[in-house]
Amino acid sequence: MSDFGTMHYLIGGVVALLVVASLVGWAVSRSVTSEAGRETVANLNARIKAWWVMVAIFAVAFLFGKAVTLLLFVAVSFYCLREFYSLTPTHPSDHPAMAAAFYIFLPLQYWLVWIDWVTMLTIAIPVYAFLALPVLSMLKGVTADYLQRVAKIQWGLMLAVFCISHAPALLMLDLGGVPPVQLLFFLVTVVQMSDVLQYVAGKLFGRHKMAPNVSPSKTWEGLVVGGLAATGVGAALWWITPFSPLEAAGMAFAIVVAGALGGLVLSAVKRSLGAKDWGAMIQGHGGALDRMDSVTFAAPLFFHLTNYFFAR
Amino acid sequence: MIGTLIVAATRLVVGGQGVWIGCGPSERQRIYFANHSSHLDTILVWAAMPPELRQRVRPVAAADYWGKGRVQRHIALKVLNAVLIDRQTRSSDPLEPLKAALSAGDSLILFPEGTRGTGELPSPFKPGLYHLAKAFPQVELVPVFLDNLRRALPKGSLVPVPLSCVARFGTPMHLEQGETKPAFLERAREAVTGMA
Repeated sequence: MSDFGTMHYLIGGVVALLVVASLVGWAVSRSVTSEAGRETVANLNARIKAWWVMVAIFAVAFLFGKAVTLLLFVAVSFYCLREFYSLTPTHPSDHPAMAAAFYIFLPLQYWLVWIDWVTMLTIAIPVYAFLALPVLSMLKGVTADYLQRVAKIQWGLMLAVFCISHAPALLMLDLGGVPPVQLLFFLVTVVQMSDVLQYVAGKLFGRHKMAPNVSPSKTWEGLVVGGLAATGVGAALWWITPFSPLEAAGMAFAIVVAGALGGLVLSAVKRSLGAKDWGAMIQGHGGALDRMDSVTFAAPLFFHLTNYFFAR
Repeated sequence: MIGTLIVAATRLVVGGQGVWIGCGPSERQRIYFANHSSHLDTILVWAAMPPELRQRVRPVAAADYWGKGRVQRHIALKVLNAVLIDRQTRSSDPLEPLKAALSAGDSLILFPEGTRGTGELPSPFKPGLYHLAKAFPQVELVPVFLDNLRRALPKGSLVPVPLSCVARFGTPMHLEQGETKPAFLERAREAVTGMA
């Protein structure tokens, strides 16, 4: 179980970080005076609380191995897909296509991860679901908004199932001596630290709005400072990966950029559907998809970069 | 036990949280009336209630669906504590079991369209709600709008698709002095569609 010896330390480190964050949050909540400041701090503390729950869930999954980790990501994909389809104005005649997405393609994708079938994992949804789901919608004979409806159903499946499944798919890579679960830890940590650090840096130094129409709270200062800090975090974690420190920094940078773009794209999608949050599942964070938006873009990129350059 | 399982399964698949807009959950005697688009509707309104209210709030269910199989019958009578109503009968007063339940002090969940609709908005209401409102003027009439269920389990499909569905509870209403049957039924229907 030397695999998980390192994981114990890593999770211990995350817990220590959360203890510090909780203490800071508690201290700040006692000193803040203005109304707006109080709101920000309340939101911050709600986020920290939700982090404890999320870290606990991830820690259990990581420590219990591949099967439990896969089940966790099945649940994540399930809730993300449910949020996406709930906000998407589909027609009752799309019922068979959505049922197939939930009950056939979601389990199929994770089963392919379980049996290590990389080729099929890469084409099951982009090819076979892409061809099959419009057929199911067409058979009902309702043509009003047909293209919009089938496009949205495919988009939801791509983001919530195909993209997110690439995170646990890291577990099937053969990286020589490095346990692949550490690579999953690397991905999740860099993505989430990038989100947190961009949020904090944006609150502290944010001046110039990056995309006021898409995501009004994102600033250039937040992106650059937070993104570089997260790249630094990734570089500092080089010892748990098959990368050299410089390569780890490069990988972390790719994750940060993809994650930031993913956050913006999903924000644009969300707004085009007329919502501010994807859901209300996690207090302070919105829905599951609000927390996973960066992962949807970062996971496939990181998987393929690692698979191409470092896997045997 | 089965009730807890049903609520848990409902939460997992369709969410089904209650959103109380025009009133809060209350022990007061009420008739909740909702739009009807799927077989899940009955369970959804029931699951949206706080657990302590579920015992005294009884769904009105069609005997020809909920009274048929052994499983359905058991869930309807033992878990949901439903009032079964015969939609086909012409001889006796079909509202009789509802009046008995109201006289006993229970609250009801009612689908005044009588059958599942396919449109986005509910079909015209059947007159049963009017007769009950007239016979029991002290009972609060609470409009309920069930959102997304027509997409989650449309008429004719077998498995529900997991979509977040909510039950919105509106402002309680009563039959006005001298209000005609069509006027009242239309006002009740608008109270439901107003939350769409």
